[in-house]
Amino acid sequence: MRFGVVVFPGSNCDHDAWYAVSHNLGHSAEYIWHDSKTLGAVDAVILPGGFSYGDYLRCGAIAKFSPVMAAVREFADTGGLVLGICNGFQVLVESGLLPGALLRNRELKFVCRPVTLRVETVNTPFTSAATKGQLIKVPVAHGEGCYFADDATLTMLRHDDRVVLRYVDNPNGSLDDIAGICSDKRNVMGMMPHPERASDALLGCTDGKVILESMIHSLSAAAA
Amino acid sequence: MSDLTAAELDKVRSILKREPNETENGIFTVMWSEHCSYKSSRIHLRKLPTKSDRVLVGPGENAGIIDIGGGYAIAFKIESHNHPSFIEPFQGAATGVGGILRDIFTMGARPIAVMDALRFGPLDDPENGDRNRRILEGVVGGISHYGNCFGVPTVGGETVFESCYNGNPLVNVFALGVFRHDEIFFGRATGVGNPVIYVGAKTGRDGIKGASMASAEFDEDSKDKRPNVQVGDPFMEKLLLEACLEAMRTGAIVGIQDMGAAGLTCSTCEMGSRAETGIEFDLELVPQRETGMTPYEIMLSESQERMLIVAEKGREDEVFAVFKKWGLDAVTIGVVTNDGMLRVKDHGKVVAEIPNRELADEAPLYDRPHNVKPYRPAPMQAPEFKSRDLNADLLALAGSGDLCSKRWIWQQYDYTVRTNTIAGPGGDAAIVRIKETDTSVAMSLDGNARYCALDPREGTKLLVAECCRNLSTVGATPVAATNNLNFGNPERPEIMAQIVEAIEGLSEACLFFDTPITGGNVSLYNETLGEAIWPTPVMGIVGLLKTAEPVTIPFKQQGRTVMLLGGLGDCDATRFGGTQYAKVVLNNMWGLPPALDMDYEKRVQSAIREIVSHGHAESAHDVSDGGLAVALAECTVNGVGASIEIKTGLRPEFALFHEGPSRILVSTMVPEKIEEIARKYKVEALRIGVTMNVGLRIGDGFVTWIDSPVDRLKQVWENALAEELSPVHV
Repeated sequence: MRFGVVVFPGSNCDHDAWYAVSHNLGHSAEYIWHDSKTLGAVDAVILPGGFSYGDYLRCGAIAKFSPVMAAVREFADTGGLVLGICNGFQVLVESGLLPGALLRNRELKFVCRPVTLRVETVNTPFTSAATKGQLIKVPVAHGEGCYFADDATLTMLRHDDRVVLRYVDNPNGSLDDIAGICSDKRNVMGMMPHPERASDALLGCTDGKVILESMIHSLSAAAA
Repeated sequence: MSDLTAAELDKVRSILKREPNETENGIFTVMWSEHCSYKSSRIHLRKLPTKSDRVLVGPGENAGIIDIGGGYAIAFKIESHNHPSFIEPFQGAATGVGGILRDIFTMGARPIAVMDALRFGPLDDPENGDRNRRILEGVVGGISHYGNCFGVPTVGGETVFESCYNGNPLVNVFALGVFRHDEIFFGRATGVGNPVIYVGAKTGRDGIKGASMASAEFDEDSKDKRPNVQVGDPFMEKLLLEACLEAMRTGAIVGIQDMGAAGLTCSTCEMGSRAETGIEFDLELVPQRETGMTPYEIMLSESQERMLIVAEKGREDEVFAVFKKWGLDAVTIGVVTNDGMLRVKDHGKVVAEIPNRELADEAPLYDRPHNVKPYRPAPMQAPEFKSRDLNADLLALAGSGDLCSKRWIWQQYDYTVRTNTIAGPGGDAAIVRIKETDTSVAMSLDGNARYCALDPREGTKLLVAECCRNLSTVGATPVAATNNLNFGNPERPEIMAQIVEAIEGLSEACLFFDTPITGGNVSLYNETLGEAIWPTPVMGIVGLLKTAEPVTIPFKQQGRTVMLLGGLGDCDATRFGGTQYAKVVLNNMWGLPPALDMDYEKRVQSAIREIVSHGHAESAHDVSDGGLAVALAECTVNGVGASIEIKTGLRPEFALFHEGPSRILVSTMVPEKIEEIARKYKVEALRIGVTMNVGLRIGDGFVTWIDSPVDRLKQVWENALAEELSPVHV
């Protein structure tokens, strides 16, 4: 499969996503520059972590205006798989591709540590290779990862089975322990933890691989 | 007004053969400041070993470079940002990180790790506690802000609290980058006629004369110096990194240097001096953030995130195209000349004209008087003290500022970005893999002002030994070092004597442990209202090992043999005076630092490297601050305890808490293999106990000295810092 990794000025996990896909999973990955109006022939898109455009306003607030995001939106509208990790999740929320908002962490401090996540649904192309209720250990590294949504949105997310990942030990004060959600068509997911950082045994944990593997399985199944 | 002395001003006149104008005077003042010229320390720094087969670039460039094999190399250096961090902790520390990162990538290397050595006044200081907490929170916030946004992992460091830092906190930042041998760049303005290009952020009025501020003591008016502290923009730095590395790949760049201390002044004259060329440029062309800046202000501004590039004539457009892609300013401001002069024009009119070499390399050097005993803040004589509750003593130590977990700090740093961190904060040494090779780089920062205050020479040797031991404990072979010498006012002979003793000790130890110094930093005048910090040399040593899963501190399984490689060591009352026990439990300091036998130390290090690399150690931990009992407590943080029996004639406090070097704790399934290796290196390897499930018990075979549940120890150790600051979730 071919993954496109979007590079905004200030993205700093672009290389990590690229490396995880190409080296840890053995699929092809290429970078897509932020002012590109097209995505090229990719099967899935990753919006990586980092500080797009410095994130001096709200995280992701500037990135949503970049030319590449119009292409990402079009890709998503036609059913393409889009995974937003950390800053990528923030960009998806700012762009309106996912509902809610990501606020500053409850303790107002950046937090970097491994957290335990529970896979709440396997009915997504991002978790289809996992089992429901599976616990996975994946690191977080963010200052603004506190998920928030109004009551109606939260009710909808729960009702439609769109809360994909929850924190077992909530590191940032996220509403309802939400760590990751998907779109109504289930082909766009945003998550604050970094699965690409937990996909290499040498670094101590490979639990995050299941997210990328699910995407590959889903794409293979669709292609078959 | 000039900060130059009368004699220095005379030297300026003899170089120029006329009176300097105001701009020239400012230029000389910053270039000849202590910070930029090392004028008080340089004659002593020459004593340091700087060469080995692995050293590709030694001191004098922006960072030292070491060959790591396979065609790859690492660049690394440590630098201080002490004075700015006291005045404005957040920005001071942030720009400290920014400055050292530029030193690394200006050489062509991509930064892959940062570590910090921090010193603060005690958080519970009755008079200064509030301010000390505010400084710590600001400094940690600044490092976190800059490093995390830039995208470099902060993989470790150390934090120490002493009253002598109440008015003079220390922020020493170490950075390390990686590149191929053929990607190395230098700060040299070669090629007469080549264009001189300014890239990055615009020049503003921030940080003007920061270098000279960093070369003076603090007094009552120091808070007025806040405008001297620069403001950092890590996003700009990230763009600058990517743009510079990409521009270097075009082949159109001849030389490049960052604008750090003394900004445009330092980068132009140093690049010219190294290449024995001149540089002529016009200030009118320099991108400026504000209007009406004088030549003096533009030349002395320390605005961050700027670089100076000399490109091949005719290939400027290749450089411009890259910077345009990244949305950065890149402007030709001048040209390389053949007359060796730094010629600064403003709208075509010459405003400064100084020979580069004299300006950059011929600052007056001082052999400051040091023919006295180094200042000692403590007596030699050991006091009598009675034994107390040893369990309570251990808990007090585990929860003390220097020994407790620093999670509250390092959890705010992104230590996993770039997916290379094999061993992050909290270990004896951090390990980062080099993806393109099968080699990993281990690094350790260490300082101990107590030891150095008691004996600067022996104390500094102990630091080098400990750094090398930390590296060896994770299986790495130490290969090179960088150092940050933090001292008081060198014009006081008893301080200058500390500096000279420390440098000579450093030289002896680095020679002995085969860790040449490839660069570093000297920070003097760390005094406030006449009170100097204790001598605080900080070592940063790097080692190499084969990439593999790391051996870490905690015991993993019950029923394993606990061994003390190197033996119990010895201690007397005099040598106990610099320990954490003396500090925390007795609130005192006296005597001498622990005794070091460098030859024995080296053999212990060789032994542990062989033990670890052969996979004989299930866990390994260096015994250092707090002694054997604290090291054992740290081994139990994953919940596996131990029962330990120490056969010794020492009084229990000495046996448990003395800080004698050359000792490493190992848990193992194959004690006989470890004994075999120890015999080979002629060092002791004692079986001192066995790991078990519940508690930590330590005794001498007759009396139980320590008997503590491991979760109690862990709770105290883990929460101590957070309780002083704001809460954090673990």
